[in-house]
Amino acid sequence: MQNNVHSKFCLNIAIALLLPLGIAAQQADQPAAKPNPHMESHIGDLTGHSEAGARLYYRYCWGCHGARGNGDGENAPYVTPQPRNFTQATFKCRSTPTGTLPLDSDLYNSLVRGFNFTNMPSWIALTAQERADLVAFIKTFSARWVTEKPGTPIPIPAEPKLTVESIKHGGELFQKLECWKCHGQEGRGDGPSAPTLTDSNDQPIRPYNFTTDNRSKCGRTNQDLYRIFMTGLDGTPMPSFADVVKPEDAWDLVHYLRTLQYNNPSPELTLWEGTPEGKTIVAAKKVENTNTGSGVKP
Amino acid sequence: MGTKQVVVVSVAMLGVATIAQAGPPAGGTVSGKVTYEGTPAKMKPIDMSKEPSCAKMYTTPQLAETVVTGAGNSLENVVVYISAGAPDDAAPSTAAVFNQKGCRYIPHVLAFQVNQELKIQNEDQTSHNIHPLPKINREWNKSQPPGTPPISEKYDKAEIFPVKCNVHPWMHGNFAVLKNSHFAVTGDGGGFSLPNLPPGKYTVTAWHESYGDQTQDVTISGSETKTVNFVFKAKPY
Repeated sequence: MQNNVHSKFCLNIAIALLLPLGIAAQQADQPAAKPNPHMESHIGDLTGHSEAGARLYYRYCWGCHGARGNGDGENAPYVTPQPRNFTQATFKCRSTPTGTLPLDSDLYNSLVRGFNFTNMPSWIALTAQERADLVAFIKTFSARWVTEKPGTPIPIPAEPKLTVESIKHGGELFQKLECWKCHGQEGRGDGPSAPTLTDSNDQPIRPYNFTTDNRSKCGRTNQDLYRIFMTGLDGTPMPSFADVVKPEDAWDLVHYLRTLQYNNPSPELTLWEGTPEGKTIVAAKKVENTNTGSGVKP
Repeated sequence: MGTKQVVVVSVAMLGVATIAQAGPPAGGTVSGKVTYEGTPAKMKPIDMSKEPSCAKMYTTPQLAETVVTGAGNSLENVVVYISAGAPDDAAPSTAAVFNQKGCRYIPHVLAFQVNQELKIQNEDQTSHNIHPLPKINREWNKSQPPGTPPISEKYDKAEIFPVKCNVHPWMHGNFAVLKNSHFAVTGDGGGFSLPNLPPGKYTVTAWHESYGDQTQDVTISGSETKTVNFVFKAKPY
Protein backbone atom coordinates (compact mmCIF):
# COMPACT_ATOMS: atom_id res chain seq x y z
CA MET A 1 0.00 0.00 0.00
CA GLN A 2 2.72 2.42 0.95
CA ASN A 3 4.61 1.47 -2.14
CA ASN A 4 1.56 2.27 -4.19
CA VAL A 5 1.20 5.71 -2.67
CA HIS A 6 4.85 6.38 -3.33
CA SER A 7 4.71 5.42 -6.99
CA LYS A 8 1.59 7.49 -7.43
CA PHE A 9 3.41 10.47 -5.91
CA CYS A 10 6.38 9.97 -8.23
CA LEU A 11 4.03 9.81 -11.19
CA ASN A 12 2.41 13.06 -10.13
CA ILE A 13 5.77 14.77 -10.02
CA ALA A 14 6.71 13.35 -13.40
CA ILE A 15 3.46 14.63 -14.88
CA ALA A 16 3.93 18.00 -13.22
CA LEU A 17 7.42 18.19 -14.71
CA LEU A 18 6.28 17.23 -18.17
CA LEU A 19 3.15 19.33 -18.28
CA PRO A 20 4.65 22.82 -18.64
CA LEU A 21 7.10 21.53 -21.23
CA GLY A 22 4.24 20.04 -23.18
CA ILE A 23 2.36 23.32 -23.07
CA ALA A 24 5.42 25.26 -24.20
CA ALA A 25 5.93 22.90 -27.12
CA GLN A 26 2.32 23.30 -28.14
CA GLN A 27 2.54 27.07 -27.95
CA ALA A 28 5.51 26.96 -30.26
CA ASP A 29 3.70 24.63 -32.63
CA GLN A 30 -0.10 24.45 -32.74
CA PRO A 31 -2.46 26.04 -30.24
CA ALA A 32 -3.63 23.39 -27.80
CA ALA A 33 -7.10 22.28 -28.79
CA LYS A 34 -8.57 19.01 -27.72
CA PRO A 35 -11.93 17.51 -28.57
CA ASN A 36 -14.49 18.14 -25.86
CA PRO A 37 -15.93 14.87 -24.54
CA HIS A 38 -19.09 16.66 -23.37
CA MET A 39 -20.98 18.09 -26.31
CA GLU A 40 -24.56 19.05 -26.93
CA SER A 41 -26.58 19.25 -30.11
CA HIS A 42 -29.56 21.50 -30.74
CA ILE A 43 -32.08 20.52 -33.36
CA GLY A 44 -35.33 22.44 -33.10
CA ASP A 45 -36.63 21.85 -29.58
CA LEU A 46 -34.38 18.83 -29.08
CA THR A 47 -31.18 18.93 -27.08
CA GLY A 48 -28.87 15.98 -27.62
CA HIS A 49 -26.23 14.89 -25.09
CA SER A 50 -23.02 13.15 -26.03
CA GLU A 51 -23.09 10.93 -22.93
CA ALA A 52 -26.36 9.39 -24.10
CA GLY A 53 -25.12 9.35 -27.70
CA ALA A 54 -22.01 7.38 -26.71
CA ARG A 55 -24.09 4.38 -25.63
CA LEU A 56 -25.92 4.40 -28.96
CA TYR A 57 -22.73 4.93 -30.95
CA TYR A 58 -21.04 1.91 -29.35
CA ARG A 59 -24.04 -0.16 -30.20
CA TYR A 60 -24.97 0.95 -33.73
CA CYS A 61 -22.15 2.95 -35.30
CA TRP A 62 -18.71 1.82 -34.27
CA GLY A 63 -18.77 -1.33 -36.41
CA CYS A 64 -18.09 0.90 -39.40
CA HIS A 65 -17.01 4.27 -37.98
CA GLY A 66 -14.62 2.74 -35.44
CA ALA A 67 -14.16 3.00 -31.70
CA ARG A 68 -12.31 6.30 -32.08
CA GLY A 69 -14.58 7.65 -34.78
CA ASN A 70 -11.86 7.64 -37.41
CA GLY A 71 -13.72 5.41 -39.84
CA ASP A 72 -11.70 2.26 -39.20
CA GLY A 73 -14.33 -0.02 -37.69
CA GLU A 74 -14.05 -3.74 -38.28
CA ASN A 75 -16.54 -3.55 -41.16
CA ALA A 76 -14.75 -0.66 -42.80
CA PRO A 77 -12.58 -2.72 -45.20
CA TYR A 78 -15.75 -4.18 -46.69
CA VAL A 79 -17.44 -0.84 -47.18
CA THR A 80 -17.21 1.58 -50.09
CA PRO A 81 -17.26 4.52 -49.97
CA GLN A 82 -15.28 4.42 -46.72
CA PRO A 83 -17.15 5.19 -43.49
CA ARG A 84 -16.87 8.84 -42.48
CA ASN A 85 -13.85 9.74 -40.37
CA PHE A 86 -15.35 11.99 -37.70
CA THR A 87 -11.95 13.14 -36.45
CA GLN A 88 -11.57 15.24 -39.63
CA ALA A 89 -14.99 16.86 -39.14
CA THR A 90 -15.39 17.17 -42.90
CA PHE A 91 -18.95 16.45 -44.03
CA LYS A 92 -20.55 16.07 -47.43
CA CYS A 93 -24.10 17.12 -46.69
CA ARG A 94 -24.18 20.60 -45.23
CA SER A 95 -26.29 23.71 -45.50
CA THR A 96 -23.14 25.74 -44.73
CA PRO A 97 -20.40 27.01 -47.07
CA THR A 98 -17.52 24.78 -48.16
CA GLY A 99 -14.79 24.46 -45.54
CA THR A 100 -17.12 25.16 -42.60
CA LEU A 101 -18.71 22.90 -40.04
CA PRO A 102 -22.29 21.76 -40.70
CA LEU A 103 -25.23 22.68 -38.52
CA ASP A 104 -26.42 20.11 -35.98
CA SER A 105 -29.56 19.80 -38.08
CA ASP A 106 -27.47 18.90 -41.15
CA LEU A 107 -25.97 15.93 -39.30
CA TYR A 108 -29.36 15.04 -37.86
CA ASN A 109 -30.93 15.05 -41.32
CA SER A 110 -28.15 12.81 -42.61
CA LEU A 111 -29.02 10.30 -39.88
CA VAL A 112 -32.70 10.46 -40.83
CA ARG A 113 -31.97 10.12 -44.55
CA GLY A 114 -29.04 7.74 -44.67
CA PHE A 115 -26.82 7.89 -47.75
CA ASN A 116 -28.06 6.27 -50.91
CA PHE A 117 -25.58 4.11 -52.79
CA THR A 118 -23.56 3.60 -49.60
CA ASN A 119 -23.67 1.29 -46.57
CA MET A 120 -25.04 4.07 -44.39
CA PRO A 121 -28.70 3.29 -43.73
CA SER A 122 -31.46 5.60 -42.62
CA TRP A 123 -31.66 5.68 -38.81
CA ILE A 124 -35.36 6.35 -38.85
CA ALA A 125 -35.85 3.46 -36.41
CA LEU A 126 -34.22 5.46 -33.62
CA THR A 127 -36.15 8.12 -31.77
CA ALA A 128 -35.58 11.77 -32.58
CA GLN A 129 -33.95 12.22 -29.18
CA GLU A 130 -31.57 9.33 -29.86
CA ARG A 131 -30.54 10.82 -33.19
CA ALA A 132 -29.92 14.17 -31.49
CA ASP A 133 -27.79 12.41 -28.86
CA LEU A 134 -25.76 10.73 -31.61
CA VAL A 135 -25.14 14.07 -33.30
CA ALA A 136 -23.83 15.43 -30.00
CA PHE A 137 -21.54 12.43 -29.60
CA ILE A 138 -20.14 12.68 -33.14
CA LYS A 139 -18.99 16.18 -32.21
CA THR A 140 -16.72 14.77 -29.47
CA PHE A 141 -14.32 13.31 -32.04
CA SER A 142 -12.83 16.53 -33.40
CA ALA A 143 -11.41 19.65 -31.76
CA ARG A 144 -12.87 21.62 -34.67
CA TRP A 145 -16.17 21.50 -32.79
CA VAL A 146 -14.42 23.34 -29.95
CA THR A 147 -12.40 25.88 -31.94
CA GLU A 148 -14.83 26.65 -34.77
CA LYS A 149 -18.47 27.53 -35.14
CA PRO A 150 -20.70 26.06 -37.86
CA GLY A 151 -20.87 28.19 -41.01
CA THR A 152 -23.78 30.48 -41.86
CA PRO A 153 -26.19 28.49 -44.03
CA ILE A 154 -26.29 29.47 -47.69
CA PRO A 155 -29.71 31.09 -48.16
CA ILE A 156 -32.07 29.40 -50.58
CA PRO A 157 -34.53 31.89 -52.07
CA ALA A 158 -38.06 30.85 -52.99
CA GLU A 159 -38.20 28.72 -56.10
CA PRO A 160 -39.28 30.75 -59.13
CA LYS A 161 -41.96 29.52 -61.50
CA LEU A 162 -40.95 26.59 -63.64
CA THR A 163 -40.72 27.48 -67.33
CA VAL A 164 -39.22 25.92 -70.45
CA GLU A 165 -36.86 28.91 -70.63
CA SER A 166 -35.67 28.13 -67.14
CA ILE A 167 -34.87 24.53 -68.12
CA LYS A 168 -33.09 25.68 -71.29
CA HIS A 169 -31.04 28.25 -69.44
CA GLY A 170 -30.16 25.60 -66.87
CA GLY A 171 -28.91 23.43 -69.72
CA GLU A 172 -26.68 26.28 -70.91
CA LEU A 173 -25.28 26.61 -67.40
CA PHE A 174 -24.64 22.87 -67.26
CA GLN A 175 -22.37 23.45 -70.29
CA LYS A 176 -20.87 26.73 -69.14
CA LEU A 177 -20.01 25.55 -65.65
CA GLU A 178 -18.72 22.32 -67.19
CA CYS A 179 -20.75 20.05 -64.92
CA TRP A 180 -20.52 17.53 -67.76
CA LYS A 181 -16.75 17.16 -67.32
CA CYS A 182 -17.55 14.78 -64.46
CA HIS A 183 -21.30 14.11 -64.66
CA GLY A 184 -21.34 13.50 -68.43
CA GLN A 185 -23.31 15.26 -71.16
CA GLU A 186 -26.39 13.17 -70.36
CA GLY A 187 -25.80 13.23 -66.60
CA ARG A 188 -24.81 9.57 -66.43
CA GLY A 189 -21.76 10.21 -64.26
CA ASP A 190 -19.50 9.29 -67.18
CA GLY A 191 -17.81 12.57 -68.13
CA PRO A 192 -14.20 12.65 -69.34
CA SER A 193 -12.83 13.34 -65.84
CA ALA A 194 -15.04 10.77 -64.11
CA PRO A 195 -12.62 7.79 -64.17
CA THR A 196 -9.87 9.84 -62.53
CA LEU A 197 -11.83 11.12 -59.54
CA THR A 198 -10.75 10.36 -56.00
CA ASP A 199 -12.02 11.61 -52.67
CA SER A 200 -9.80 13.38 -50.16
CA ASN A 201 -8.63 10.03 -48.78
CA ASP A 202 -7.43 9.02 -52.26
CA GLN A 203 -10.26 6.53 -52.69
CA PRO A 204 -11.94 6.28 -56.10
CA ILE A 205 -15.31 8.03 -56.16
CA ARG A 206 -18.01 8.21 -58.82
CA PRO A 207 -19.87 11.33 -59.82
CA TYR A 208 -23.63 11.15 -59.35
CA ASN A 209 -25.52 9.44 -62.16
CA PHE A 210 -28.69 11.49 -62.63
CA THR A 211 -30.34 8.88 -64.84
CA THR A 212 -30.65 6.18 -62.19
CA ASP A 213 -33.29 7.91 -60.07
CA ASN A 214 -33.74 10.95 -57.88
CA ARG A 215 -31.94 9.72 -54.80
CA SER A 216 -28.89 11.93 -54.50
CA LYS A 217 -26.97 11.47 -51.26
CA CYS A 218 -27.84 14.78 -49.66
CA GLY A 219 -31.59 14.76 -50.23
CA ARG A 220 -34.04 14.56 -53.07
CA THR A 221 -36.02 17.81 -53.04
CA ASN A 222 -35.37 20.75 -55.34
CA GLN A 223 -34.03 22.66 -52.34
CA ASP A 224 -31.61 19.81 -51.67
CA LEU A 225 -30.33 19.88 -55.26
CA TYR A 226 -29.86 23.65 -55.02
CA ARG A 227 -27.99 23.26 -51.75
CA ILE A 228 -25.72 20.47 -53.03
CA PHE A 229 -24.05 22.45 -55.79
CA MET A 230 -23.97 25.67 -53.81
CA THR A 231 -22.25 24.15 -50.76
CA GLY A 232 -20.27 21.49 -52.59
CA LEU A 233 -19.69 18.10 -51.00
CA ASP A 234 -16.61 18.56 -48.83
CA GLY A 235 -14.10 15.74 -48.95
CA THR A 236 -15.12 14.88 -52.52
CA PRO A 237 -14.30 16.34 -55.96
CA MET A 238 -17.66 18.17 -56.02
CA PRO A 239 -16.80 21.86 -55.54
CA SER A 240 -18.91 24.71 -54.25
CA PHE A 241 -20.48 26.98 -56.87
CA ALA A 242 -21.76 29.49 -54.32
CA ASP A 243 -19.38 32.26 -55.43
CA VAL A 244 -19.95 31.80 -59.15
CA VAL A 245 -23.67 31.06 -59.62
CA LYS A 246 -26.36 33.66 -59.01
CA PRO A 247 -29.43 32.42 -57.08
CA GLU A 248 -31.78 32.77 -60.07
CA ASP A 249 -29.32 30.87 -62.26
CA ALA A 250 -29.04 28.19 -59.60
CA TRP A 251 -32.76 27.53 -59.76
CA ASP A 252 -32.56 27.24 -63.57
CA LEU A 253 -29.85 24.64 -63.10
CA VAL A 254 -32.03 22.72 -60.64
CA HIS A 255 -34.85 22.66 -63.19
CA TYR A 256 -32.51 21.36 -65.87
CA LEU A 257 -30.98 18.69 -63.62
CA ARG A 258 -34.46 17.27 -62.99
CA THR A 259 -34.87 16.65 -66.73
CA LEU A 260 -31.70 14.52 -66.63
CA GLN A 261 -33.48 12.23 -64.18
CA TYR A 262 -35.59 10.76 -66.95
CA ASN A 263 -36.53 7.73 -64.87
CA ASN A 264 -37.98 9.95 -62.19
CA PRO A 265 -41.31 11.64 -62.90
CA SER A 266 -41.14 15.32 -62.02
CA PRO A 267 -42.95 18.53 -63.07
CA GLU A 268 -39.72 19.58 -64.78
CA LEU A 269 -39.51 16.37 -66.82
CA THR A 270 -43.20 16.54 -67.76
CA LEU A 271 -42.86 20.13 -68.96
CA TRP A 272 -39.66 19.35 -70.87
CA GLU A 273 -41.13 16.27 -72.56
CA GLY A 274 -44.08 18.42 -73.55
CA THR A 275 -41.86 20.44 -75.88
CA PRO A 276 -40.78 18.94 -79.22
CA GLU A 277 -37.12 19.63 -78.43
CA GLY A 278 -37.29 18.11 -74.97
CA LYS A 279 -39.25 15.10 -76.17
CA THR A 280 -36.54 14.23 -78.72
CA ILE A 281 -33.74 14.71 -76.20
CA VAL A 282 -35.36 12.60 -73.49
CA ALA A 283 -36.39 9.87 -75.94
CA ALA A 284 -32.82 9.64 -77.26
CA LYS A 285 -31.55 9.06 -73.73
CA LYS A 286 -33.72 6.10 -72.96
CA VAL A 287 -31.64 2.98 -73.15
CA GLU A 288 -33.37 -0.37 -73.28
CA ASN A 289 -31.96 -3.82 -72.69
CA THR A 290 -28.62 -2.95 -71.16
CA ASN A 291 -26.74 -5.88 -69.65
CA THR A 292 -27.41 -4.92 -66.10
CA GLY A 293 -30.79 -3.36 -66.66
CA SER A 294 -29.44 -0.19 -65.14
CA GLY A 295 -30.00 1.91 -68.23
CA VAL A 296 -26.35 2.88 -68.10
CA LYS A 297 -24.91 2.89 -71.59
CA PRO A 298 -22.15 0.33 -72.00
CA MET B 1 3.89 18.92 -2.19
CA GLY B 2 5.92 22.09 -1.69
CA THR B 3 8.78 20.80 -3.82
CA LYS B 4 6.36 19.86 -6.57
CA GLN B 5 5.03 23.41 -6.76
CA VAL B 6 8.52 24.84 -6.87
CA VAL B 7 9.47 22.47 -9.66
CA VAL B 8 6.34 23.34 -11.63
CA VAL B 9 6.91 27.05 -11.26
CA SER B 10 10.57 26.89 -12.19
CA VAL B 11 9.94 24.75 -15.26
CA ALA B 12 7.11 27.05 -16.31
CA MET B 13 9.41 30.05 -15.97
CA LEU B 14 12.02 28.31 -18.05
CA GLY B 15 9.40 27.80 -20.74
CA VAL B 16 8.43 31.46 -20.69
CA ALA B 17 12.07 32.52 -20.88
CA THR B 18 12.59 30.42 -23.99
CA ILE B 19 9.49 31.80 -25.68
CA ALA B 20 10.33 35.41 -24.88
CA GLN B 21 13.83 35.10 -26.39
CA ALA B 22 13.99 37.36 -29.46
CA GLY B 23 16.82 39.57 -30.55
CA PRO B 24 16.82 42.98 -32.24
CA PRO B 25 16.58 42.84 -36.05
CA ALA B 26 19.95 42.63 -37.76
CA GLY B 27 21.16 41.24 -41.03
CA GLY B 28 22.51 37.72 -41.05
CA THR B 29 21.83 35.57 -44.10
CA VAL B 30 21.50 31.88 -44.66
CA SER B 31 22.03 30.94 -48.28
CA GLY B 32 22.87 27.85 -50.22
CA LYS B 33 21.86 25.48 -52.92
CA VAL B 34 19.60 22.46 -53.09
CA THR B 35 20.81 19.56 -55.18
CA TYR B 36 20.07 15.87 -55.61
CA GLU B 37 22.21 12.78 -55.93
CA GLY B 38 21.22 9.67 -57.81
CA THR B 39 18.85 9.38 -60.73
CA PRO B 40 15.53 11.17 -60.47
CA ALA B 41 12.41 9.70 -62.06
CA LYS B 42 11.74 10.80 -65.61
CA MET B 43 8.73 13.10 -65.61
CA LYS B 44 5.83 11.80 -67.68
CA PRO B 45 4.33 13.93 -70.43
CA ILE B 46 0.81 15.15 -69.65
CA ASP B 47 -2.04 14.16 -71.93
CA MET B 48 -4.23 17.25 -72.13
CA SER B 49 -6.29 15.99 -75.08
CA LYS B 50 -9.42 15.93 -72.90
CA GLU B 51 -9.07 19.68 -72.44
CA PRO B 52 -8.56 21.06 -75.97
CA SER B 53 -8.65 24.70 -74.81
CA CYS B 54 -5.45 24.04 -72.85
CA ALA B 55 -3.87 21.45 -75.15
CA LYS B 56 -3.79 23.95 -78.02
CA MET B 57 -1.64 26.33 -75.95
CA TYR B 58 1.35 24.01 -76.21
CA THR B 59 3.41 22.79 -79.13
CA THR B 60 5.44 20.35 -77.04
CA PRO B 61 4.07 17.97 -74.41
CA GLN B 62 4.07 19.40 -70.91
CA LEU B 63 5.80 17.39 -68.21
CA ALA B 64 4.64 16.65 -64.68
CA GLU B 65 6.41 18.80 -62.08
CA THR B 66 6.72 16.46 -59.11
CA VAL B 67 10.51 16.58 -59.64
CA VAL B 68 12.05 19.50 -61.55
CA THR B 69 15.82 19.50 -61.94
CA GLY B 70 18.34 21.80 -63.56
CA ALA B 71 21.99 22.06 -64.47
CA GLY B 72 24.50 20.79 -61.90
CA ASN B 73 21.98 18.44 -60.26
CA SER B 74 20.05 21.44 -58.93
CA LEU B 75 16.61 20.76 -57.51
CA GLU B 76 13.75 23.20 -58.01
CA ASN B 77 10.47 23.67 -56.13
CA VAL B 78 12.07 23.07 -52.75
CA VAL B 79 10.65 25.15 -49.89
CA VAL B 80 13.49 26.30 -47.63
CA TYR B 81 12.33 27.93 -44.42
CA ILE B 82 13.27 28.67 -40.83
CA SER B 83 11.32 26.06 -38.90
CA ALA B 84 12.63 26.90 -35.45
CA GLY B 85 14.42 29.79 -33.77
CA ALA B 86 12.57 32.66 -35.43
CA PRO B 87 9.48 34.27 -33.90
CA ASP B 88 6.18 34.08 -35.76
CA ASP B 89 5.68 37.04 -38.08
CA ALA B 90 2.52 38.97 -38.81
CA ALA B 91 1.17 38.32 -42.28
CA PRO B 92 2.26 40.81 -44.95
CA SER B 93 -0.42 42.98 -46.56
CA THR B 94 0.42 41.75 -50.05
CA ALA B 95 -1.41 38.71 -51.36
CA ALA B 96 0.26 35.50 -52.49
CA VAL B 97 -0.96 34.81 -56.02
CA PHE B 98 -1.70 31.35 -57.36
CA ASN B 99 -2.47 31.27 -61.05
CA GLN B 100 -4.13 28.69 -63.27
CA LYS B 101 -2.88 29.06 -66.81
CA GLY B 102 -2.77 26.50 -69.58
CA CYS B 103 -4.16 23.96 -67.12
CA ARG B 104 -0.99 24.31 -65.04
CA TYR B 105 -0.46 25.80 -61.62
CA ILE B 106 1.86 28.80 -61.57
CA PRO B 107 3.82 28.51 -59.39
CA HIS B 108 3.83 24.78 -58.82
CA VAL B 109 4.78 25.39 -55.19
CA LEU B 110 3.47 28.54 -53.52
CA ALA B 111 4.83 29.51 -50.11
CA PHE B 112 3.08 32.15 -48.04
CA GLN B 113 2.46 33.06 -44.43
CA VAL B 114 -0.18 32.13 -41.91
CA ASN B 115 -3.17 34.48 -42.35
CA GLN B 116 -1.68 36.05 -45.49
CA GLU B 117 -4.19 36.63 -48.27
CA LEU B 118 -4.08 33.93 -50.92
CA LYS B 119 -5.41 35.01 -54.31
CA ILE B 120 -6.31 32.27 -56.75
CA GLN B 121 -7.02 33.26 -60.33
CA ASN B 122 -8.10 31.41 -63.46
CA GLU B 123 -6.70 32.69 -66.75
CA ASP B 124 -7.99 29.68 -68.70
CA GLN B 125 -11.01 29.33 -70.94
CA THR B 126 -12.16 26.35 -68.92
CA SER B 127 -13.61 25.81 -65.45
CA HIS B 128 -11.26 24.65 -62.75
CA ASN B 129 -12.05 23.53 -59.27
CA ILE B 130 -9.49 24.45 -56.64
CA HIS B 131 -9.27 21.73 -54.06
CA PRO B 132 -6.47 22.15 -51.51
CA LEU B 133 -6.09 19.08 -49.29
CA PRO B 134 -4.88 20.22 -45.85
CA LYS B 135 -5.11 17.99 -42.79
CA ILE B 136 -4.76 20.64 -40.06
CA ASN B 137 -6.44 23.57 -41.78
CA ARG B 138 -9.98 23.61 -43.16
CA GLU B 139 -10.57 21.68 -46.36
CA TRP B 140 -12.67 23.46 -48.98
CA ASN B 141 -13.30 22.97 -52.67
CA LYS B 142 -14.46 25.75 -54.99
CA SER B 143 -15.36 25.96 -58.64
CA GLN B 144 -13.82 28.78 -60.68
CA PRO B 145 -15.27 29.13 -64.19
CA PRO B 146 -13.47 31.31 -66.76
CA GLY B 147 -13.84 35.05 -66.27
CA THR B 148 -14.83 34.87 -62.60
CA PRO B 149 -13.02 37.06 -60.06
CA PRO B 150 -10.08 35.70 -58.07
CA ILE B 151 -10.84 33.56 -55.02
CA SER B 152 -9.53 35.12 -51.83
CA GLU B 153 -8.69 32.79 -48.97
CA LYS B 154 -6.29 32.43 -46.07
CA TYR B 155 -5.03 29.69 -43.79
CA ASP B 156 -4.63 30.18 -40.05
CA LYS B 157 -2.28 27.27 -39.29
CA ALA B 158 1.17 26.38 -40.59
CA GLU B 159 1.04 23.36 -42.89
CA ILE B 160 2.36 22.13 -46.25
CA PHE B 161 -0.22 20.35 -48.36
CA PRO B 162 -1.15 19.46 -51.94
CA VAL B 163 -3.64 21.33 -54.14
CA LYS B 164 -5.46 19.73 -57.01
CA CYS B 165 -8.08 20.26 -59.66
CA ASN B 166 -10.41 17.29 -59.81
CA VAL B 167 -11.60 18.18 -63.30
CA HIS B 168 -8.05 18.11 -64.69
CA PRO B 169 -6.28 15.35 -62.76
CA TRP B 170 -2.80 16.33 -63.98
CA MET B 171 -3.13 19.69 -62.24
CA HIS B 172 -1.31 19.27 -58.99
CA GLY B 173 0.51 21.83 -56.85
CA ASN B 174 1.46 22.58 -53.27
CA PHE B 175 0.77 25.27 -50.72
CA ALA B 176 3.33 25.89 -47.98
CA VAL B 177 1.74 27.93 -45.18
CA LEU B 178 4.60 29.16 -42.99
CA LYS B 179 4.84 30.93 -39.65
CA ASN B 180 7.49 33.52 -40.42
CA SER B 181 8.73 35.55 -43.35
CA HIS B 182 12.05 33.71 -43.67
CA PHE B 183 11.42 31.31 -46.54
CA ALA B 184 12.28 30.75 -50.19
CA VAL B 185 11.26 28.35 -52.93
CA THR B 186 14.14 27.22 -55.13
CA GLY B 187 13.88 28.00 -58.81
CA ASP B 188 16.24 27.55 -61.72
CA GLY B 189 19.67 26.71 -60.26
CA GLY B 190 18.35 25.46 -56.93
CA GLY B 191 19.72 28.42 -54.97
CA PHE B 192 18.06 30.13 -52.03
CA SER B 193 18.75 32.99 -49.67
CA LEU B 194 17.10 33.78 -46.35
CA PRO B 195 18.21 37.33 -45.43
CA ASN B 196 17.56 39.60 -42.43
CA LEU B 197 18.04 36.97 -39.75
CA PRO B 198 18.77 38.45 -36.32
CA PRO B 199 21.56 36.72 -34.34
CA GLY B 200 20.40 33.40 -32.96
CA LYS B 201 20.23 29.68 -33.40
CA TYR B 202 18.00 28.52 -36.23
CA THR B 203 16.76 25.32 -37.72
CA VAL B 204 16.53 25.46 -41.51
CA THR B 205 14.16 22.99 -43.14
CA ALA B 206 14.12 22.08 -46.83
CA TRP B 207 10.95 20.39 -48.08
CA HIS B 208 10.43 18.68 -51.41
CA GLU B 209 7.12 17.13 -52.41
CA SER B 210 8.66 13.84 -53.58
CA TYR B 211 11.82 13.59 -51.50
CA GLY B 212 10.54 14.68 -48.09
CA ASP B 213 12.27 17.12 -45.78
CA GLN B 214 15.68 17.72 -44.22
CA THR B 215 16.80 20.04 -41.47
CA GLN B 216 20.09 21.70 -40.56
CA ASP B 217 20.96 23.90 -37.61
CA VAL B 218 22.76 27.16 -38.13
CA THR B 219 23.90 29.94 -35.79
CA ILE B 220 23.92 33.56 -36.88
CA SER B 221 26.04 35.88 -34.73
CA GLY B 222 26.07 39.11 -36.75
CA SER B 223 25.61 40.17 -40.32
CA GLU B 224 27.51 37.28 -41.86
CA THR B 225 26.27 34.93 -44.58
CA LYS B 226 26.21 31.30 -43.61
CA THR B 227 26.14 28.67 -46.32
CA VAL B 228 23.76 25.75 -45.87
CA ASN B 229 23.43 23.25 -48.69
CA PHE B 230 20.89 20.47 -48.94
CA VAL B 231 21.35 17.26 -50.90
CA PHE B 232 18.29 15.10 -51.52
CA LYS B 233 18.51 11.48 -52.50
CA ALA B 234 16.65 11.11 -55.77
CA LYS B 235 14.24 8.22 -56.15
CA PRO B 236 14.22 6.57 -59.58
CA TYR B 237 10.44 5.97 -59.50
